[in-house]
Amino acid sequence: MEPLHALVTLANFVIVPAVAYGSQLALGALGVTLIYGILRFSNFAHGDTMAFGTMAVILTTWGLQSAGIGFGPLPTALLALPVGIAVAAALLLGTDRVVYRFYRDKKAVPVTFVIASLGVMFVYNGFTRFVIGVDDQRFADGARFLVSARGFRDATGLDEPLVIKSTQAITVVVAVVVVAVLFWFLNRTRTGKSMRAYSDNEDLALLSGINPERVVTYTWLIVAGLATIAGTLYGLDKSFKPFTYFQLLLPIFAAAIVGGLGSPIGAIAGGFVIAFAEVTITYPLKKVLGYFLPESLAPDGLVQLLSTDYKFAVSFMILIIVLLIRPTGLFRGKSV
Amino acid sequence: MSRNAWQEDRGNKDRSITRSGGGTMARGTATDVRPDTTHAFLVGDSMTGGYGTGGDILHDCTIAVDPGEIAVIVGPNGAGKSTGMKAIFGMLNLRQGGVRLDGEDITDLSPQDRVARGMGFVPQTSNIFTSLTVEENLEMGAFIRRDDIRPAMEQVFELFPILKDKRHQPAGELSGGQRQQVAVGRALMTQPKVLMLDEPTAGVSPIVMDELFDRIIEVSRTGIPILMVEQNARQALEIADRGYVLVQGRNAHTGTGKELLADEDVRRSFLGG
Ligand SMILES: Nc1ncnc2c1ncn2[C@@H]1O[C@H](COP(=O)(O)OP(=O)(O)OP(=O)(O)O)[C@@H](O)[C@H]1O
Ligand SMILES: [Mg+2]
Repeated sequence: MEPLHALVTLANFVIVPAVAYGSQLALGALGVTLIYGILRFSNFAHGDTMAFGTMAVILTTWGLQSAGIGFGPLPTALLALPVGIAVAAALLLGTDRVVYRFYRDKKAVPVTFVIASLGVMFVYNGFTRFVIGVDDQRFADGARFLVSARGFRDATGLDEPLVIKSTQAITVVVAVVVVAVLFWFLNRTRTGKSMRAYSDNEDLALLSGINPERVVTYTWLIVAGLATIAGTLYGLDKSFKPFTYFQLLLPIFAAAIVGGLGSPIGAIAGGFVIAFAEVTITYPLKKVLGYFLPESLAPDGLVQLLSTDYKFAVSFMILIIVLLIRPTGLFRGKSV
Repeated sequence: MSRNAWQEDRGNKDRSITRSGGGTMARGTATDVRPDTTHAFLVGDSMTGGYGTGGDILHDCTIAVDPGEIAVIVGPNGAGKSTGMKAIFGMLNLRQGGVRLDGEDITDLSPQDRVARGMGFVPQTSNIFTSLTVEENLEMGAFIRRDDIRPAMEQVFELFPILKDKRHQPAGELSGGQRQQVAVGRALMTQPKVLMLDEPTAGVSPIVMDELFDRIIEVSRTGIPILMVEQNARQALEIADRGYVLVQGRNAHTGTGKELLADEDVRRSFLGG
């Protein structure tokens, strides 16, 4: 039973949380990578776009809750998602109209866009805090657990518990659906193909009669969806705090770059690489190793490689290693 | 006394109102470079212009292709051949001159609008979507069309059978010659009224080159006028109804392909003897 216990412990403390967190990062990184591939800049406002979209979802959720509308065992926030996405889309398209389009017309260099997005980030940032405040907001309702510690023990008779929060399960399911729809859109529809064509070769896209402004509009719409969904899932799973979303920028960018900027598959792979690295390195592995190793070799310490306070250092290290060894990322995106 | 000047004896013979020293209306000489554009389907007429705010690269350069014909532009590297093609496609700031398609002035149209008007263009470099499959490349070529594109795709596959076998492969994984076929195929997908090719045989082996030329002639036989830039001047001029030699952005020689091949000057400077 020892290896089984080790596996359950590992699943409980590392695999399940990392898969959920990885899905959230993957959705965030997909947004970053799409903007990079099509609009050709690193959007520093992405974290705050997520925060903004999530805020819209939370406000709508509260509205629904006070009207007595729920979603059964599922979080009401899922019902509020379309509204949040629509609000975020309006914000992004508005921003594009007043900020990015100006630089596009001037054919500004990418770094100009990056700096502009930094300004946009501060504006979103302030706006979100102004509306909903800087504090933690919890808005998850519905059933708390898919698999509870008690239920798992009763069902399997194992000593070690396995807990799967419903928000974790929802995160994974929603992420799979979103990714499937996104890939279907990019690979099967005329508009999706034109977006890939534009990302591949802008001049030739023009020569083929593809309208760049339309491609840009679709990109922002998709990014609004991805950012709001990623933010809402993260908020449901953990909690919503504007500053946390700003901090998420680092692991999200790390994920996008590790996977290869501009590559959607890469963004997903990168999200899981970062999530697993972060969770594994900051989790005390003593118990897991204790089950695997013979008594004599059992570790004394906690075998926690880094304290959780340093979790962002993990993204940073991976980012640097990738940039040094394989700047185009795992899936050969564009080198940075 | 009459007020009519014509009835006075001074009349229009009054030498005091003309400059003495004889007439100035002498017969001049015409240039021998005179591209005939009267029947042209597509013509870039007396184009002068360059990139952005930089200096002029084209100087009063005229390029035209007649209906159903093949026109070839040759010239040394950097002569402005590609620049001339881009100018005709509306990707250059023209300071003078204009572009006409089928008698209509299209100088102000954007490249996309020119595609919609029936112009197809294969640029010299990055002329395919490398990360898209061959089939998707062709689909993107037909992006502006809302009708059924399958017949057009079948035609392209008939012209370039190898593409049919490779239709699901990313175009970036094809050989140089196959890529050029994809590039030409993509431009054919709109079923253009005129096709512009910038060095379609760049970087392919002599055998593939001959085959590409055959294909181009085949396309031309369907009635599509073709304007192309070629590095392989001799072969290209052999199939050309009209040839242009550009030097430093100017028309240096113009004539039928045969005329240019026979021209001593052209032979010596551009065809290697
Ligand atoms: N995008 C550009 N911006 C500025 N100048 C350019 C650009 N492209 C070409 N030029 C300049 O224009 C001139 C003509 O270039 P062009 O590409 O038209 O030559 P070409 O005749 O097509 O040569 P090749 O046979 O090598 O293809 C060159 O001096 C080149 O430096
Ligand atoms: Mg050229």
